[in-house]
Amino acid sequence: MAIKARHKRFILIAIGLALLGLAAMLILNAFQSNMVFFYTPTQVHKGEVPHGTGFRIGGLVVEDSLKRQDDGLTVHFSITDTAKIVPVVYKGVLPDLFKEGKGVVAQGKVGPDGIFVASEVLAKHDENYMPPEAAEALKRAQEQGKTVVMP
Amino acid sequence: MSINWFKYSSPQTFYPLAGKMIPWFAGLATILAIAGLYISFAVAPTDFQQGEAYRIIFVHVPAAWMSMVIYIVMAGWAGLGLALNARLSAMMAQALAPTGAIFTLLALVTGSLWGKPMWGAWWVWDARLTSELILLFLYLGFIALQSSIDDPRRADRAGALLALVGVVNVPIIYFSVKWWNTLHQGSSINMGAAPKMAATMLMGMLLMALAFWMYTVAVALMRVRCIMLERERSADWVKALSTTAGGKS
Amino acid sequence: MQWASWSAFFNMGGYAFYVWFSFGLTALCVVWEVLSLRKRSKAALRLSKILAQG
Repeated sequence: MAIKARHKRFILIAIGLALLGLAAMLILNAFQSNMVFFYTPTQVHKGEVPHGTGFRIGGLVVEDSLKRQDDGLTVHFSITDTAKIVPVVYKGVLPDLFKEGKGVVAQGKVGPDGIFVASEVLAKHDENYMPPEAAEALKRAQEQGKTVVMP
Repeated sequence: MSINWFKYSSPQTFYPLAGKMIPWFAGLATILAIAGLYISFAVAPTDFQQGEAYRIIFVHVPAAWMSMVIYIVMAGWAGLGLALNARLSAMMAQALAPTGAIFTLLALVTGSLWGKPMWGAWWVWDARLTSELILLFLYLGFIALQSSIDDPRRADRAGALLALVGVVNVPIIYFSVKWWNTLHQGSSINMGAAPKMAATMLMGMLLMALAFWMYTVAVALMRVRCIMLERERSADWVKALSTTAGGKS
Repeated sequence: MQWASWSAFFNMGGYAFYVWFSFGLTALCVVWEVLSLRKRSKAALRLSKILAQG
């Protein structure tokens, strides 16, 4: 019995230490590379992104930039942070929330022609929740506001 | 006045008191959950960009809130137990940990189930998701550490130290979406700003959060009663309790 | 009411798996936690009864 209890304790201590070690490793890893989950198109243009390795780029999908190739899988679109624009090519299925004018995060590499070749595309949605009618009314109000401002 | 406090801080007086409180908190939790579920599914409208998938928010956000709240309360009890050398405080911390771990796991899994259809990925290593995963490891580490030490007093002290060190992670989780670029969206509810949600959606979420809170109190009290019985097995009050009342109350 | 029919309700706009899995798992955790605590409490009381008698 005594040996059993001691064994149990050692196993539990080992599990505890392993979990703590794993947690510490994750923290360090997260702080080193993943705190910058994505880079903006402006950073890409300034060259403030990792060279040689892949990285993520985040921003909004430029309106009317989405074009599908004939194979039905390859898509071209552009990502902007409203200052700079980066063209992206991606072969695969886009997430449900992927829309022009909405948030997006793409993982991949910049090719020699300056086009970002994405291996994964994720949709980034905002923290606003409302019924469709309210969103419609909001949009209309904003458009009216625009026309009032513009002569 | 302080005499009352000390009276209730001893296990033999707290045990029956907790037993009387459990049905009240359980009843409140049930009523709030029924109301919350009704609003979540029957009253709250569909969302303009996420459709019906957004309804996961009604369990995801309350679970995530509870995972953080429970950790802070647990660390508070553990710290109090360490400072005052109070048995009951340490037992409360021990009683809260499994429930906190369950809510953390639920926040992670429901988040994953929400992320797949909306973002397009089950999991990403962004700051919000990573720090919440670390919270799960902190809970599991606390539980493992406590159960690995046979002497309850030493187990309490070691657990308290781990719990207190881990508290730094809670603000990191909360502010991660502000401090860093994350795939996870920002908070819909902020201090001093109008909530970025329709009123009925917000209502459903708050009711579910309150239900989870009452549930947490009820199960933590249930568990602390078990811990009292297990730890004070040889104490006279446990002996008296189990022989006279036949194990009731 | 938000739903045209019960089947529309269960379908959740095509997200049935994700929504019902989330709520189902939460319910399962709650039920499991309460039942396991009841069991634990009964076992603890039984053991202390034996200790008190013996």
